[in-house]
Amino acid sequence: MFAVLIDQFWSLTIAGIALGFIYVLISLGYTMVYGVLRMINFANSEIFMWGTFGTVITSRDIFHYTQTSEPAKGFKLIFVLLCSLLMSMAVAGLTAVFVEFVAYRRLRMKGTNRLATLISAIGISIALQEVMRLLTSSRPVGSPRVLEKIILTEMWGANVRLDTVITIIAAAIIFFILERFIKLSRMGKAIRAVSQNEDAAKLMGVNLNRVITTTFLVGGLATGAAGFFYITVFEYTKFNIGFTMGMAAFTAAVLGGIGNIRGAFFGGLTLGLLEVYASAVLGTQWKAVTVFIVLVLVLLFKPNGLFGEAVQTTRA
Amino acid sequence: MKIRNYWNLRDWGAGIWERANRPKRVAIALTSIFLVGLLPFAGASFLATPIAAYDAVLVYPVGVFVLMALGLNIVVGKSGMLDLGYVAFFAIGAYTMALMGTHTGLNTWEIMPFGIAFAMLAGVLLGLPTLRLRGDYLAIVTLGFGEIVRLVVLNSTWSKGPNGIANIPMPPNIGPLKFKLEDQKVFFWVVVTMILLTIWMIRRLSVRRPGRAWEAIRQDEDAAELMGVPTLKYKIWSFTLGAAVGGAAGVLYASKNLFIAPEMFTLNVSILILSCVVFGGIGNIWGVVVGATILGYLPDRIRFISDARLLVFGTVLVVVMNFRPDGLLPRKKREKAIVKKEVNA
Repeated sequence: MFAVLIDQFWSLTIAGIALGFIYVLISLGYTMVYGVLRMINFANSEIFMWGTFGTVITSRDIFHYTQTSEPAKGFKLIFVLLCSLLMSMAVAGLTAVFVEFVAYRRLRMKGTNRLATLISAIGISIALQEVMRLLTSSRPVGSPRVLEKIILTEMWGANVRLDTVITIIAAAIIFFILERFIKLSRMGKAIRAVSQNEDAAKLMGVNLNRVITTTFLVGGLATGAAGFFYITVFEYTKFNIGFTMGMAAFTAAVLGGIGNIRGAFFGGLTLGLLEVYASAVLGTQWKAVTVFIVLVLVLLFKPNGLFGEAVQTTRA
Repeated sequence: MKIRNYWNLRDWGAGIWERANRPKRVAIALTSIFLVGLLPFAGASFLATPIAAYDAVLVYPVGVFVLMALGLNIVVGKSGMLDLGYVAFFAIGAYTMALMGTHTGLNTWEIMPFGIAFAMLAGVLLGLPTLRLRGDYLAIVTLGFGEIVRLVVLNSTWSKGPNGIANIPMPPNIGPLKFKLEDQKVFFWVVVTMILLTIWMIRRLSVRRPGRAWEAIRQDEDAAELMGVPTLKYKIWSFTLGAAVGGAAGVLYASKNLFIAPEMFTLNVSILILSCVVFGGIGNIWGVVVGATILGYLPDRIRFISDARLLVFGTVLVVVMNFRPDGLLPRKKREKAIVKKEVNA
């Protein structure tokens, strides 16, 4: 049972870290919105899904790569990848702002119950998914291979592939930039102020609407970047991939303590590794069950998550 | 503060009911039940659903959705706990029916108590550890529970995995009423009976101790605890009763569909039922009934735009929630929770 785990420990670990970084970026979308609004951004999974299409469109329709064409090299490779990344982030960021504008803003202004907002978010999430389903006629979309997956080096008997390395390094950089943005910039301070105490922040002259839109935008940018990395590693997307990834990322956010940016980082990595190890030991079909059981255990014994504040006492 | 007092359907309906004396109330109730019972005969009118058979649509989704939404309303509407894994109890009921129906000689009505009991047991087992959590944390744990039940069923051999269980027996005939696949009027009447029983149970409970306890918990759990309400006990009760209704719906659904597979019990069902509750008017029985009827019926009615119907469905959810955040038929103002601003210490 554990033979697979021991045999392939290092290659599993590398895959787990890469997956973990994708989770980290998606769970930023959940955790930031939760921090400010105290609400689950239910549409984040669809924002991620739209983000993955940003990459596919860039490489397929703008740079005309196909499944059979030669992978890019050198400067052009970096240029195409960068464009795809930016496109994904832009698509996801705009979708996130759109979601905030359509599903959240009016209800927030009215100050109504949270469930109405939740259903409204579920509604926009269904609509976003359906639009993409109609556009792609329910078919999975393969992404052209821009990046050749060369094996860079061998570490402890595990192959280190270029796409995993790029994912890990670039995702870490993006996370670092966002974290600095929240920590140091004026807007970041305003976001943290609102998440600590909305009323007090308002009294101090913080423009609440702008802060909330920015939060959605930044969360969307991170989620979009995750979409790019997802495509680089898995090279395929479909209108319904958002759900599984979104669920896992949300679990990661709760695991780390939702509303907490560092928490999202460690939660995402833990979950990525956990998922990969669990599927090696128990088989892929029990992966999700393991993840949820761990989540329930964490909530029972350490309800604030690994790094979170005491949100579990927050009233529904 | 200016109180606007415009006409609304709920107050109008409640007014008629409150002014009526006992014989009048009995007459109103009986007429309504009779009219609802006649619904399956209205298939030729504008109500007809293209593609899907009209009387089948009335049983599932409409009837089963109303039943489940009423059950979920006990948890979400009455005691204010967000449950995103309600489909688990539906699945437990359905699989109880499927397994017992194919392996033992028992019929649907004899299996019904088992289905309800297993669902309630699952409710207690899940409720005991998790109901200490609140809000979104409870939501995510229940969601996880729903997914765990589905995945266990999907990956186990006793449940025949993704192939599902076929040849589930139909309910035996009740006197002259025969259960048939091609003509599902009798199923509809059975669902209506179950809905009426559920409504009766909720109405009885609402005006007694449990109902008051749930109301207190929903408005302010800490205050309720301080006032001596055993909150955990009543929360588990509410969860378990909701589970019982879900289990009963599951048994009936399996027996009506003759075939069940894990893909019928995805998170989408939980979300859809929750949407029914919130869309119709959370906490108000009649609102929930209206909401579940519309959301169950609408996708089948607009099947002629077949491809875009879920898109329309999502858009309708957003629009209605934006313009009527308390649902189509909200509960009375005085019953609403005291909106308390959260202040983070």
